[in-house]
Amino acid sequence: MNFVTPEIAWAPLAPIIIVLGAAAIGVLIEAFVRRPATRRTIQLGFGLVVLIAALGTTIAQWAALEGGGTTVMQFMLTVDRQALAWQTVILVFGILGIILFAARTRAGEPAFTALGSASPGSLEETLARRRGLEVTEVFPLLLFAVGGMMLFTCVTDFVFLFVALEVFSLALYILVALARRRRLMSHEAALKYFLLGAFSSAIYIFGVALIYGATTQTSFAPVGRAIDVISDRDPLLLTGVVLVLVGLLFKLGAVPFHSWTPDAYQGAPTPVTAFMGAATKAAATAALVRILYTSLYPLEWEISWMIWAVACLSMVLGTVLALVQTNVKRMLAYSSVAHAGFILVAFAGLTNEAVAALPFYLLAYGLATIGAFAVVSQVRERTEDGSVGAEAVRLGQWAGLGKRSPLLAGAMALFLLSFAGIPLTAGFIGKFEVFSAAIAGGGWPLVLVAVIASAVAAFFYVRLVVLMFLTDVPEGIEDAVEVEDSPLATLVVVVTAAGVIVLGVLPAGVLSVFESAAQFLVLSNG
Amino acid sequence: MNPINFVILAAILFSIGSAAVLLRRNAIVAFMGVELMLNAANLALVAFSRIHGQLDGQVMAFFVMVVAAAEVVVGLAIIIALFRARQTISLDEPAELKG
Repeated sequence: MNFVTPEIAWAPLAPIIIVLGAAAIGVLIEAFVRRPATRRTIQLGFGLVVLIAALGTTIAQWAALEGGGTTVMQFMLTVDRQALAWQTVILVFGILGIILFAARTRAGEPAFTALGSASPGSLEETLARRRGLEVTEVFPLLLFAVGGMMLFTCVTDFVFLFVALEVFSLALYILVALARRRRLMSHEAALKYFLLGAFSSAIYIFGVALIYGATTQTSFAPVGRAIDVISDRDPLLLTGVVLVLVGLLFKLGAVPFHSWTPDAYQGAPTPVTAFMGAATKAAATAALVRILYTSLYPLEWEISWMIWAVACLSMVLGTVLALVQTNVKRMLAYSSVAHAGFILVAFAGLTNEAVAALPFYLLAYGLATIGAFAVVSQVRERTEDGSVGAEAVRLGQWAGLGKRSPLLAGAMALFLLSFAGIPLTAGFIGKFEVFSAAIAGGGWPLVLVAVIASAVAAFFYVRLVVLMFLTDVPEGIEDAVEVEDSPLATLVVVVTAAGVIVLGVLPAGVLSVFESAAQFLVLSNG
Repeated sequence: MNPINFVILAAILFSIGSAAVLLRRNAIVAFMGVELMLNAANLALVAFSRIHGQLDGQVMAFFVMVVAAAEVVVGLAIIIALFRARQTISLDEPAELKG
């Protein structure tokens, strides 16, 4: 046997190379810059510049792209308009995320622990805090996660997809474990996220092995063609396909593969929750779209029952469980499970409209998610000695927030209404597009469930709005909650709120961009 | 020996691994279950590679090994951090997160 050297067109990979290369340089900055405060400034500035440069490169490539796109490496990587659209969305989340990562309280406390290896409450931790140490590795880790996710959107091979999946997942597992406050909870969340994430990727790769066994291929388009040829439904192939979908639905956080979502969202440092909630969902959806439309479409009839069942379960269970939560972060986590269901609704019938609707939906959802968690990171408890402590996440502690901080409470109300899908917010347009795509594909029973679930979900979103604006702060505990006003977090809140309004009022421009992105480059030869 | 037997062995190993993840309460043992599942996938890839008479599957097994090694690094780091904080790695014991 002889190997053929693969031909790689490097130029279209520029945004990914910029981000991943910068992540590697970020690790070197950790080693060579000694003062923690300087290190933080350098890492933040460097990360921001890099992400903005990558965003600029992506947009330039979009403008310069001729025809369907470029095959970077045959059967492995393609950069087409679909991939560029998703990469832009992920880079926007990355930029907002890195700003939020750097936000500090008035007392100068960052969101991340002083020393990741020191156990909570130990002497080492106290010493590390006193010396002003700070885990600034979070910035390169975010870059690694963004780079992996960008790769995830343009990979066209099942095994390569697995590698990209791990590149961003491993970075996220570490980020989840680095909370400043409530560190035991953060460790526990990281452990659960890690074990379930590793479990799901093992399921995924075994599915890939079975698909390889059934079709002798691992790339999307050749697998699709091989499925066409295999006439009698091969049990090996079907098992493989189901296992692969299970692995991806885990990342999407859909019921019954959602059990990590509430724990990871609650235990992670809030800036990480914001980034992870928005970007992981976008990346997982992007990969799911590409796999279903370019590879597994001949099996549509066989896998639609699974998509339908998971979509219904996610919408119903996510909504019902969110109703009974008393913790804001956990409530938003279950709401994200319900949103995973709404995303899956779009896949009914595999229509072309869905390919255009999903990036918009994820952009709208992601902006609202990052904004909402940015607000959560600003509402703090007061400790007994009067200093500002951990985040106030009990619903009761949010009573009367509208009077304390009209800006934050108003923005939060806007994000919640966008989650609920109230007109004039981005969430409404997103849901409208997704549901009409599903109806076009004959999925009206799913849309019916989705509309009912949205109506029920509106109850718990509005409950929090009522609590913030129409409920007075209970007597005697006025001082128990302190609202921070970090300029960086406020910036993120304002930008995301503006985005949610603009996408809700004037969606036409962005929608037409995503419509022109609704095509895949699939090689016909080979 | 028929190479399909190796695929069957891989399926058995995969089942044992997933049972370990779902049933055992010790984080290290659950993690070993994940590793067993990844190795089962490797065995299946190599066996299919032999059946098809290609090298593709064997090349892919290398990728899986590298990823598995990276996963061990991150996973053990998290488990050790948890152990130092709590002196236990039981998955039932830490119960800060509920509901």
